[in-house]
Amino acid sequence: MKTSARVIYIAIVSIVAALAAVGIGAIVLTLLGADVFQTYKVILTEPLKDLFGITEVLVRAVPLILVALGIAISFRSGILNIGAEGQIQMGILAAAAVAIALPNLPKVVLVPLCLLAGAAGGAAWASIAGYLRARLGVNEILSTVMLNYIAAQLYGYLLRGPMIDPAELQTGSGTPQSVRLPKSAWIDRIIPGTRLHWGIALAVVLAALIYILMWHTTWGFKMRAAGASAKATRYAGIKVETCLLSAMVLAGAFAGLAGAVEVMAVHRRAIEGISSGYGFSGIVVALFGGLHPAGILPAAVFFGILLVGTDMTQRIMAIPANMVSVLQGAVILSIISAKMVIGDPYAREKFERRLSRIAHRRAKNEPDSGVGQ
Amino acid sequence: MASKDGKIKELRTEGITKRFPGIVACDSIDLSVGENEILALVGENGAGKTTLMNMLMGLYQPDEGRIFINDRPVQFKSPHDAFAAGIGMVHQHFMLVPNMTVAENVALGFAESHRPFRLDIGAVKRRIADISNRYGLPVQPDAYVWQLSVGEQQRVELIKTLCFGARFLILDEPTSALTPQETDELIALLRRMAADMSIIFISHKLAEVTALSDKVAILRRGHVVFKGSTQEQTAASLAALMTGHEVVLPRNACAAGCDEERLVVKSLTVRSDRGFPALDGLSFSVRAGEILGLAGVSGNGQRELAEALAGLRKIEKGNVSLMGTKLTNRSPREIIDAGLGYIPEDRNTEGIIPSFSVKENLILKDFASPAYARGIFIRAKAEEQNAVALQERFDIRCSSLNGAAGSLSGGNIQKVILARELARSPKVLVAVYPTRGLDMGAEEFIHTRLLELRTHGTAIFLISEELDELTNLCDRIAVIFKGKILETLAGPEATRSKLGLLMAGIKPETEEAASGPSSPTTEARS
Repeated sequence: MKTSARVIYIAIVSIVAALAAVGIGAIVLTLLGADVFQTYKVILTEPLKDLFGITEVLVRAVPLILVALGIAISFRSGILNIGAEGQIQMGILAAAAVAIALPNLPKVVLVPLCLLAGAAGGAAWASIAGYLRARLGVNEILSTVMLNYIAAQLYGYLLRGPMIDPAELQTGSGTPQSVRLPKSAWIDRIIPGTRLHWGIALAVVLAALIYILMWHTTWGFKMRAAGASAKATRYAGIKVETCLLSAMVLAGAFAGLAGAVEVMAVHRRAIEGISSGYGFSGIVVALFGGLHPAGILPAAVFFGILLVGTDMTQRIMAIPANMVSVLQGAVILSIISAKMVIGDPYAREKFERRLSRIAHRRAKNEPDSGVGQ
Repeated sequence: MASKDGKIKELRTEGITKRFPGIVACDSIDLSVGENEILALVGENGAGKTTLMNMLMGLYQPDEGRIFINDRPVQFKSPHDAFAAGIGMVHQHFMLVPNMTVAENVALGFAESHRPFRLDIGAVKRRIADISNRYGLPVQPDAYVWQLSVGEQQRVELIKTLCFGARFLILDEPTSALTPQETDELIALLRRMAADMSIIFISHKLAEVTALSDKVAILRRGHVVFKGSTQEQTAASLAALMTGHEVVLPRNACAAGCDEERLVVKSLTVRSDRGFPALDGLSFSVRAGEILGLAGVSGNGQRELAEALAGLRKIEKGNVSLMGTKLTNRSPREIIDAGLGYIPEDRNTEGIIPSFSVKENLILKDFASPAYARGIFIRAKAEEQNAVALQERFDIRCSSLNGAAGSLSGGNIQKVILARELARSPKVLVAVYPTRGLDMGAEEFIHTRLLELRTHGTAIFLISEELDELTNLCDRIAVIFKGKILETLAGPEATRSKLGLLMAGIKPETEEAASGPSSPTTEARS
C-alpha cells in the first residue's frame, strides 16, 4: 500500500510537470499562430519515423551525453561548470590542429591522438576556472561563463585568421573555416548514408566508465564527498580543493572530447557553430538524467528527439527552431519543480493520507452497493 | 488581534495532533499553562516537545486539535501571528541569519525600527542594550552571528525574543550553553519574569526542572505520560517517568593512570575568524588512559582549539605533538594518520556527510586504505562487512545501512561517528560536546564507550559544557577562559561551584593568591 501510494504520487507529480511543460510550450505556439497539437506530434513522432530521423537523434545525443557526463562529475563534486560551451570549442580547435598538423600518421594513431588533444584542450580551458576556484575561491559560475566569451572570440579569430582554409582566401569568399581534416583523422560512420558514427559507442562506454569511477573508486568517493559536504570532507582528511580542481578538469575534458568527436565525425572541418549550444543543453541533460550516467543516456536521447523534432517542425510547420529553447526552458522549470515536490516528504505524507481516506470511503461504500444488487 | 496588549491568562491545547512521515509526532495532546505559571516540558529526543512548541509558534499547523488563549480558539498561520498574540520562543536550533549582525537579526522582527525607507538600527541597539542590561545578558550588537559561538548565539536568541516584547515565553533547552552560575541566574531571572508572564521551559536537565517549574508535563513518543505539580517530584522520579526505566549515568571510578603523555599542547596561539587571538598561549597535556576535560562557556576558544588540533586552523605560535610526533600545522590527513580520533562539535555537517549512506560514512576516513580499497577500487564487500559489524557493536539503529546518514536521529548519527572513530583505535581522542542535545539513553551509551576507551589506554580530551558530564567522566578538568587555561583541577576536587566560578573567569583565591596582589588592599583597608 505504502509503496504503491508512493508510485502513484510520483506518477501524478511527473504527469502534472510534463503537462505544465507542454502547456507553456502551447502558449508560445498559440501566440505564433501554430497548430499546437500538430506541432507536438511532429516534434515527438516525426524524428522516430524513419532511419534518417533515428540516426539523426543519436547523432545529436552523442555530444549531449559526453558533455552531460562531465557536467555530472562537476556538479556531483560541488563545482558548477557552466563553461562547457567554451570547452567544446577549445576541444574542436585542439583536435583539428593536431589532425591538420599530422596528416600522415596512420588512422589508428591519429584518431586517438586527436581525441586526446580535444580532451586536453577542454581540460586546459576548464582548469583555469578550477584553479581560480581551488586556490583563490573565485566563483566558478562567474569564471566559466566569462571564459565562454573568451573562447568564442578566440575560436572566431583562429578560424578567420591563422587556421583559415587557404582556399577561402584564394577564392576570396572568406568563410571562417579550417581546411578539411585528413581522412586519417575521421571517425567512421556506422550506417552508410547516415551521419551516425562510432562516437555513440565511445559515449556509451564512457558513461559506464564514469559510473564506475564515481561510485566504485576511491577517487569518485572523494569527489562525491567534497560535493556533498565540503566541511565533513575536510574533517575526514580529504583535500577538497584537489577534488574541485580534478572534477573541473575532468568535466572540461569531456566537453573537449565532445567537440573533438563532433569535428572528426560530423563536420570534418572546424566551422563556426559546431558547438551549437550543446554546452548548455548538456547541463539540462545532466540534471534531467539525475546527474547519473544511467539517467543521462535516455535523457540525451530525449533531448536529441526534441532537437531533431523542432528542426523538422521548422521545415514541415514553418515554426522557428528557436522553439526548442522555449521548450527546454519549460522542461527545466517543470523538472526542478517536480523534483522539489517529489522530494518533499510532508507533501507526500499528506497525499498518502488523502489517498487512504478515499480508499477507506470506497471500502465503506462497496458493501452497501453489494446489498443493493 | 484583540488581545494585542492584554495578558495571557491561560494558554491551552486540546487534542493537538501532528503527523510526520512515518510517525505521529504529537498525539492528541492536552496541556494548559496559567497566568504567571512555569510549565516544564520534559521528554527524550523525538518525544515531540519541539514539534508541539513549533505548533504553538505557528511554524507548523496542527493536523487535529485546537489552541486556546484566554478560552478563545486561536489559529497561528505563521510565527508572526504567534508574536502578535504575545508568544515568543527561543529555539533550540537557532533562527538567526549568520551573515547579519546581532542588531540586524533583532531588527528583522522588530517592527518599531522599520521606518519608511530606512531601518532605525540605533533604536534596535538601544533596545538591545536596555534588555541586556536589565537581564544581565551581554552581547555585542555589531558582531556578525557567524562569528559567535553556539552559547553566544543562544544569548542573542533570548534577547531577540525579549526585544519583541513576548508576554508568553517558550524556551527550548535554554541552559544548554550556560555556566552553572549563569544557569542559576537565568533560573532566578525566569522566576522574576514569571511575575508578569507565563513560561514553558523545555529541558533535559531535571535538576533545573525541579528548581524552576510549577508544573511539569512529560512526553514520551508523542503522548503526555505524566502531568502534575513539580513539587511532588524529584529529579530521579522524573528521569524514571521520562525514560520508562531507571537511568544511571556511568562514572569514572578508577584512579588515573600515570602513563606517558600522549597529546602535548604547548603555548598555542591561534586566531579566530574575526582575527582576534582566540587561543593565547594555551598549554596542556593528556596522558594515556586519562580523560582530560575542558570546561568553559562556549566562545572562549574551544572551537578554535579543536580545529587547531584537527589541523583545520592555522597555528600561529606554539606546538602540538602526539606521542612525540610534531603535528603543528600538519594536514588533517597526517594528523589522522598519526592516531588522532575526532568527534566534531557539529555532528551533522562536520561529523558525517548527510547525503552519504551510513556505510559510506563509516569508512569516511579509511576508504583509501587497503582494508577497503584494492588499487583505486572500493571493495564493496569489505565496506558492507565493516558497516554490519559496527552497526552491531555500536547499536546503530537505522532502517538500512544504504540509507542517508542524515536521516538518522541525533543519537544514532553520533553513534555512527563514534563507531568510525573508535574502530580506528585512536591513540588520542578529541571529543567536542559529544552528548550535546542527546537524550539520556544515548548519553549513557556514549559515556560508557568513552570510559571503556580510557581503560584501553587511549588519551581522551573531552571538551564539554555539561558539568555533570565532566565531573562524572574526567580524571582532570581544565577550565578555559578567554583562550587560556585558567586552572586544572583533579577530578575529585572539581566541584560544580568551583568549576562555575572558574568558567566565569574568577580564580578562587588560593593561599598563594591571597598573599599576592589582593592582600595589600585588605591591609590598606584595615
